[in-house]
Amino acid sequence: MNEFLLIFRRDFISKESQPSPEELQQHLQQWQNWFGSLAAQDKLARPLQRWDGQGKLVTSNKGITDGPFVEIKESIGGMIIIKAKDYDEAAAIAQECPVLNLGGNVEIRMAF
Amino acid sequence: MENKELIPNLFRTEYQKIVSVLCHLFGIQHIEIAEDIVSDTFLSASETWAIKGTPENPAAWLYTVAKNKTKNYLKRHTLFETKIVTEIKYNTPINNPEIDINLSDQNIADSQLAMIFTVCNPCNSDEAQIALALNLLCGFGISEISDAFLSNKEVIYKRINRAKEKLKEENIKIQNPNSIEVKDRIKTVLKTIYLLYSEGYYSASQNTTLRKDLCAEAMRLTFLLIQNESTNLPETNALMALMCFHSSRFEARTADDGEIILYEDQDQSLWNQELIDKGTYFLSRSSTGTTLSKYHLEAGIAYWHTIKEDTAAKWEHILELYNNLIILEYSPIAALNRTYALSKVKSNKEAIIEAEKLNLTDNHFYYSLLGNLYSELDIQKALQQFETALYLAKTDSDKNIIRKNIAELHFKMKQ
Repeated sequence: MNEFLLIFRRDFISKESQPSPEELQQHLQQWQNWFGSLAAQDKLARPLQRWDGQGKLVTSNKGITDGPFVEIKESIGGMIIIKAKDYDEAAAIAQECPVLNLGGNVEIRMAF
Repeated sequence: MENKELIPNLFRTEYQKIVSVLCHLFGIQHIEIAEDIVSDTFLSASETWAIKGTPENPAAWLYTVAKNKTKNYLKRHTLFETKIVTEIKYNTPINNPEIDINLSDQNIADSQLAMIFTVCNPCNSDEAQIALALNLLCGFGISEISDAFLSNKEVIYKRINRAKEKLKEENIKIQNPNSIEVKDRIKTVLKTIYLLYSEGYYSASQNTTLRKDLCAEAMRLTFLLIQNESTNLPETNALMALMCFHSSRFEARTADDGEIILYEDQDQSLWNQELIDKGTYFLSRSSTGTTLSKYHLEAGIAYWHTIKEDTAAKWEHILELYNNLIILEYSPIAALNRTYALSKVKSNKEAIIEAEKLNLTDNHFYYSLLGNLYSELDIQKALQQFETALYLAKTDSDKNIIRKNIAELHFKMKQ
């Protein structure tokens, strides 16, 4: 069994990409059920961790600016570490991730 | 009350109180002396009361005799000079020539509390902690404990003695929780108390009275924690709420022949409303601060189960609580229960897909759940699942429930 980092990104900035309050409510429920499903399969390698939505960014000239990082439209919504056999299984898990329903994406990295 | 019943009853309630106070005074190294003095006190009681009749206040009589025996013991033994005196100095004001054996309600409660933290020390295994708790904190005899564990007396006797030796080896201090870091230690204490409760609630032992006693003792210990300021934490109240909700169904969940009656088939009029109300009270007291323990989540689930009517809101809440519970701490049984809740919120079809991902192929509850989910979709498939469950089940009561499911499916096929 390997460990994979899943990073969820979506567009939190452009107005037209934001869900309505009802959609958001439904979306949160999807997340909760997805996490519950992963936990029930004993696939969570670490406890869930919440991250704030804004963050800060340190640039090459050592400047510090408030996040989110807007040069690219998609910013990190969250990340989890899961247990999976290989990239295929990790990708199959990521395909069920609710972030995709809001036009987001999931980046997968395997831990050494 | 007849002496025949009086002394065992007093033994149950008073033995552990006096032992706690004496242990608190002497330290864990001299636990046997404390136990001997108290046993000797009870022996005197049975002899004296048989001749002179029962005193007006039997408990006070026991306290006085125990005090005197302790003082005599300490005077007679040189051990006192060399070892115990140093321990006592820490616990009593200096310049006090007479040893103060304080059997006031307050000191009894303080000593019991200190003993709870000593007994529930993770240096012993869970099983050993529970046996020791029953013995030292609840005044259960070896034969009662072996009955509850469905084990023999020899095994339990050894287990308890080994556990005591371990506490001595590790030199575990008997300290009032007010003076130690409660936040770290309360987790182990609550876990042991919950295991003690579960031992009573889920035990395969047919002795219903004994099982109820175990549950009542776990609740009494939790209440002791609630009455003390430093241990009266949100999670302590949540555990209390959880035990109240479970206990409210105690009468409804066992048939006269000792068989378990499943939730769906329970006679709701047998649910104890008073305990449900108490549970709701403690649950509301638990919802302060920022701690969300697994007891909060389990108490929440148990709360929703006190409402028998199936509504969409009920199962949505239960699923949400199970999601949080399983995220907090994985367990196969929580995984299965979560999937059942999912079937109530979504559909059996969706729940089957989720259930099959669990892959708990050595667990008979897994096949029972699948059997249950298939029973309205595909009876043959449901039967196969229940047959596998039956093959894997170990206890008679589990097997009986599965056989009942199979019989119902056969009946359904004939219709």
